[in-house]
Amino acid sequence: MAVMSVLVFVGIYMIGDPLAILVSPEATELDREAIAKSLGLDRPMWEQYLTFVTSALQGNFGKSFVFGQPAINLILERMPATLELALIATFMSVVIGVPLGLYAGLRHETVAARAIMAGSVLGFSLPNFWVGLMLIMVFAVQLGWLPASGRGPTMEVLGIHVSFLSLTGWKYLALPALTLGLSKCALIIRLARATAREVMLMDYVKFARAKGLSEKRVIGVHILKNIMVPITTVTGLELGSLIAFAVITETIFSWPGMGKLLIDSIVHLDRPVVVAYLIVVVFLLVIISLIVDILYSVLDPRVRLGEAK
Amino acid sequence: MTATLQVENLETQFPTRDGIVRAVDGVSFSVDAGEILGLVGESGSGKSITGFTILGLIDPPGRIANGSVKFKGEELTTASPERLRSLRGSRIAMIFQDPMMTLNPVLRVDTQMIETVQAHEKVSEKAARARCIETLQSVGIAAPEDRLKSYPHQFSGGMRQRIAIATALLHKPDLIIADEPTTALDVTIQGQILYEMRKLCRDTGTALIWITHDLSVVAGLADRIMVMYAGKIVETGAIDTVIERPQHPYTRGLIGSVPGAMPRGKRLFQIPGMAPAPLNLPPGCRFKARCSRADAVCDTMPELLELNPGHRARCHHPFDAKPLSPAEVVS
Ligand SMILES: Nc1ncnc2c1ncn2[C@@H]1O[C@H](COP(=O)(O)OP(=O)(O)OP(=O)(O)O)[C@@H](O)[C@H]1O
Ligand code: SF4
Ligand SMILES: [Mg+2]
Repeated sequence: MAVMSVLVFVGIYMIGDPLAILVSPEATELDREAIAKSLGLDRPMWEQYLTFVTSALQGNFGKSFVFGQPAINLILERMPATLELALIATFMSVVIGVPLGLYAGLRHETVAARAIMAGSVLGFSLPNFWVGLMLIMVFAVQLGWLPASGRGPTMEVLGIHVSFLSLTGWKYLALPALTLGLSKCALIIRLARATAREVMLMDYVKFARAKGLSEKRVIGVHILKNIMVPITTVTGLELGSLIAFAVITETIFSWPGMGKLLIDSIVHLDRPVVVAYLIVVVFLLVIISLIVDILYSVLDPRVRLGEAK
Repeated sequence: MTATLQVENLETQFPTRDGIVRAVDGVSFSVDAGEILGLVGESGSGKSITGFTILGLIDPPGRIANGSVKFKGEELTTASPERLRSLRGSRIAMIFQDPMMTLNPVLRVDTQMIETVQAHEKVSEKAARARCIETLQSVGIAAPEDRLKSYPHQFSGGMRQRIAIATALLHKPDLIIADEPTTALDVTIQGQILYEMRKLCRDTGTALIWITHDLSVVAGLADRIMVMYAGKIVETGAIDTVIERPQHPYTRGLIGSVPGAMPRGKRLFQIPGMAPAPLNLPPGCRFKARCSRADAVCDTMPELLELNPGHRARCHHPFDAKPLSPAEVVS
C-alpha cells in the first residue's frame, strides 16, 4: 500500500500541473501563485508527498482541488453506488452463470449445452464498452424500455442510498449491471461447467445415486455444494476486478459511483481524489479477500481452521 | 425359491470413438439369500461394471445391450428409473472400493446418512438419526452420536469404510454388492470388516457379491466364486473346489500368484503378459495370448461347460479335476 501510494503520487505529479487546468487562462501570474499556495502546490514534490503521508495516516487524504471538499468524503459518498452496482452484477452473474454452467456440464453433449458454451465465449471476448453501448442502443434507444444513464431515484436505508429496493431502481440498475457482469457471468459458466464435469465423475456422486437419492438431491446438494467452493473463491476475487472495471461501465452509463469520479478527477488532475480512490479500493480488496477466506472455510470443511484431524 | 439375484446373458457396452467396448459380455450367474459370491478378476475385467449394471448405474453412453437382471423375480433392465431408484440403497446396496472417495467431502456424515434413510422412508429426522446411530454402532463405531456431526475428512480410511458400510446397511438390504471395499485398508481392519460382513449375511440372510482382484480375500469368505476375464466368466464353482482343483489356466495362474499358496522359497508366480485391449479382443479364447496350453482350437471361443457338478470352466483344454500340485503351478 505504501509502495502504491508513492507510485501513484509520483505518477500523477509527472503527468501534469493541476494549475494549468484549475486556473483560468486569463488569470494573472499573481492569481496563479495565490491558488498554488492555498493548495500547497508551490512546495517541492517530496514535501508534498510527506505532507500527504502524514495526514493520510490520520485519515486525511487532503482536499479535492476541484470540489474543495476532503477527498475521502467524496469517495465514500460515491462508494455505495459503485458497490451496489458491483454486487448486483456479481449476484446476477452467479445466479445466471451457475445454473447454466451446471447444465452445460451435466448434459455436455446436448445442443443447449453447446449454445451456452458458445455464448460464454462471446461474453468473454466482447469488450465491455461495446456491450454497454449495444445494450443502450437496443433497450434504451430502440425499445425505450430502460433508461440509458444515471441512477434514478434512490431509497435510503441506514443512511445509505440504494437502488435495488424499488422497481425504478432496478430499471436503472439493469443495463449497467448486465454490462459489468457479462464477462464475469461467462467466467462463472465456464468454471461451473468444468467443475461439474469433474465432480459428476467422483465416486461420492455415484455413491449418492447408489444410495437411492433423487436426481434433484444428487445435483442440487451433492454436486452443487462442491461446485460452490471454487465458484465462491473466484467470485470473491473477481469482485475486486468488478469494482475496478466499474470505471468504464460507470462512465458509459453516467453511473454516479467512484469510478466515474475517478475518471473526472484524472481529467482534472485532482490528485488527492485519485490517491484516495486507490487507497479505498485497495482497502476494499483486502476486506473482500478476508470475507472470501471466511466463506471458503464455511463451504469447505477441510480448510476449516483450528480443527483437529 | 427364487434366487435373490438372477443374471442372464448380461451384456454392457460402451460406445467409444474407436469402437464398442464390451465391458460385460454375456455374463450369467445367480446369488441366493444368505449366500456370498466372490467375483474375482484382474483390473479391467468388468467386475465393477457388472455391479453397476445390476444397480442400473451405467453412465450414458454406456448401455445394457442384452440380457436380463432379475431381482427376486423382478426384471430390472426394463424397470423405470423411479423403481430402480427406490430399490437402490434400500433393497440393493453397494459399497465402493475407495473409502476416501465415497463420502462427499463437503457434507457432514449425519447429512449423508439421514438423507439415505429419508430417500426411502417417510420418517422424522430424529427417527432417522436414531437409526443411523444404531447402525453405526453395529459396525463398531464408538460414540456415534458425536461422530455423526463430523465431516468425512475427520475419519480414518477404515472408519470411513465402516460409515459407508453402515450407510449400505441402513435399510437392511436383500443384496449387497461390495466392490473391493477392503482393498485400500490395512490387513487387520480388512480382516475385521470381512468377518463382520460374513456374520451379517449369515444372520440376516442378505445375499452378498464380493468383488475383488485378490483371491485370498474371498478364499475365507465366499461360498461360491466366479472368475472373470476380459468381460467373460471363465470359471465358476464352489469356493473350495475352484481353489483346490482349478480347471481354467487363468484361475490356476491367479492361485499361483497368491502368496502362501506356493512352497516357501519359490518366486511368486505372475501370469505373464497383459489382458487384451478391450477394443481389440481376439475372436477365440481371450486368454490365448497368455496361455501355455493354447493351440489352434483356441481360436474359437470355448463355451462355459460344466465339467463337474456345479463347477464350470470356459476352456478347450481344462485341467483335470484333481488337486493342484505345486509343480504344476509354475508350469
Ligand atoms: N465409461 C466407459 N467408457 C468406455 N469403457 C469403459 C467405461 N467404463 C468402463 N469401461 C471399460 O470397461 C472395462 C471394465 O471396467 P471395470 O471397471 O468393470 O473393471 P474392474 O474389473 O472393476 O477393474 P478394477 O479391478 O480396476 O476395478 C474396462 O476395460 C474399461 O476400460
Ligand atoms: S481355451 Fe485354450 S487358450 Fe483359452 S484358456 Fe483354454 S487352453 Fe488356454
Ligand atoms: Mg472395479
